[in-house]
Amino acid sequence: MIWNEEFETLPREALEALQLKRLKNLVERVYTAVPYYRKKMDEAGVKPADIKALADLRKLPFTTKEDLRLNYPFGLFAVPFEKVVRIHASSGTTGKPTVVGYTKNDIDAWAELMARTLSAGGAHAGDVVHNAYGYGLFTGGLGAHYGAERLGAAVIPISGGNSKRQIMLMQDFGSTVLMCTPSYALNLADVMKEMGVDPKSLKLRVGLFGAEPWSENMRQEIEARLNIKAIDIFGLSEVMGPGVASECIEEKHGLHVFEDYFIPEIVNPETFEPVPHGELGELVFTTLTKEAFPVIRYRTKDLSRIIDAPCSCGRTFHRMQRITGRTDDMLIIRGVNVFPSQIEHVLMSIEGVEPHYQIIVDRQASLDIMEVQVEVSETIFSDEIKVLEKLGRRIEREIKDLLGVSCKIKLVEPRTIQRSEGKAKRVIDNRKL
Amino acid sequence: MSDQPSALSKGLYCSVLAEAGINIRALSLAATTEFGILRLIVNDTEKAKQVLKEKGFTVGKTEVIGVEVADKPGGLAEILNVMKANSINVEYMYAFVQKSAGNAVIIFRFDELEKAIDALQKTGIKIMKGEEIYSI
Repeated sequence: MIWNEEFETLPREALEALQLKRLKNLVERVYTAVPYYRKKMDEAGVKPADIKALADLRKLPFTTKEDLRLNYPFGLFAVPFEKVVRIHASSGTTGKPTVVGYTKNDIDAWAELMARTLSAGGAHAGDVVHNAYGYGLFTGGLGAHYGAERLGAAVIPISGGNSKRQIMLMQDFGSTVLMCTPSYALNLADVMKEMGVDPKSLKLRVGLFGAEPWSENMRQEIEARLNIKAIDIFGLSEVMGPGVASECIEEKHGLHVFEDYFIPEIVNPETFEPVPHGELGELVFTTLTKEAFPVIRYRTKDLSRIIDAPCSCGRTFHRMQRITGRTDDMLIIRGVNVFPSQIEHVLMSIEGVEPHYQIIVDRQASLDIMEVQVEVSETIFSDEIKVLEKLGRRIEREIKDLLGVSCKIKLVEPRTIQRSEGKAKRVIDNRKL
Repeated sequence: MSDQPSALSKGLYCSVLAEAGINIRALSLAATTEFGILRLIVNDTEKAKQVLKEKGFTVGKTEVIGVEVADKPGGLAEILNVMKANSINVEYMYAFVQKSAGNAVIIFRFDELEKAIDALQKTGIKIMKGEEIYSI
């Protein structure tokens, strides 16, 4: 179902005209209201009047996380502080958090975009939305919440954690739509199994999963184990939160970027030159309507490509390929680029192997050593050590075949890899690079 | 269980089973570099499996064969010869001397269960019934 037929199916020319109008307005606003942006634009020799066509976007300087950090906490806000009605922030694990603000209109637009996201994923008014995204400074919880309310669904604002209770409430409240990170969805499937709860006895129909990269095999695993359709959704707090792009249930292939609100670009991660549609590169976003915290050409560090082929769902928005990794997640092991998602893909293609894994990288005598720890599940457990060893060797071989890099597989005791209720931490890099 | 000095001595398995009133008939330990595998023959398999799972252990149930042989030199060799003749591999085994009778009980895990039963029966070696093992 398309939530907003008028905008989501705009012919491309009309859409681009709207984008240009909004872009001009954005640049004007930002140049006037944010001294930091004005300075950057002046240094790059570009004035608001230079933006005459959409292609002129590339004249504008990029914005990076470093720019956000330098302006901590409110330096990039483009409205007087009295207009700000909500503040969110990143966890700040690598220093000061990234702070973002919203006006009343921004919150309203966000709810509209999340209603579109839910609709694209097959949810509708009357659904019971079990929202296990974290509430608080993280944008996931409240973003999904307002969208589900806008849709006309009943929201269970359960947030993350206490999985047994989550499952009890799913049973008792008849939850039909699950929203959480994909790794937490699998965690819930584990707990259901432990509790002896058959997912088929639940009313869950679809799940909208995001906030971390996940693989196609993981989708199949979630769909099989929870007996639902699993949809990939995308967003990031710097750009808004969830609701920037979403798969449609019709194709489940590529995420429609809500282009009337955001302009996506893909740039070469080394030269930062824009690349043609279809080519892999770093995803860059410009927010067209945001009032409190607009960003211009924000470099996400996420890797994707633009799919411009028409989609059977009828939306005219271009799609971005599901995130395959991040430029900063990419491990370089003995000169080869390795993404955790590729390892995950291999693990999940082996029957009986649990998706709980961790990658540990070390450097010994200037040689990179990659170890993948994989939990032994009940289905692959054997009291014959040679059976377990054989499995370990098989995983090793398949990873070597796919990546061209050898690694060591360490089968570990079940439930020893830390469970995540939010984003899973997949990589521990002990190299002092 | 984790491959740490404390894991067995903490008696996690044993106390869980004791509390459930389960008696351990035979036990053996195998270790990989990462974790230990504790194999147990108990008097109530289903209940043991259930209580261990409830405590969060990973539990698997495996079919084994109990064989009774005379407690004298050559008892084990007789069975192994039968296996050799039929190309059946022993994955692992437990052996213990029975208290009351003058027999020894050997419990085997073979790679080919059906074939092993067949071969043992043809040579007239006594395969024990489950109840006989549980009540040793």
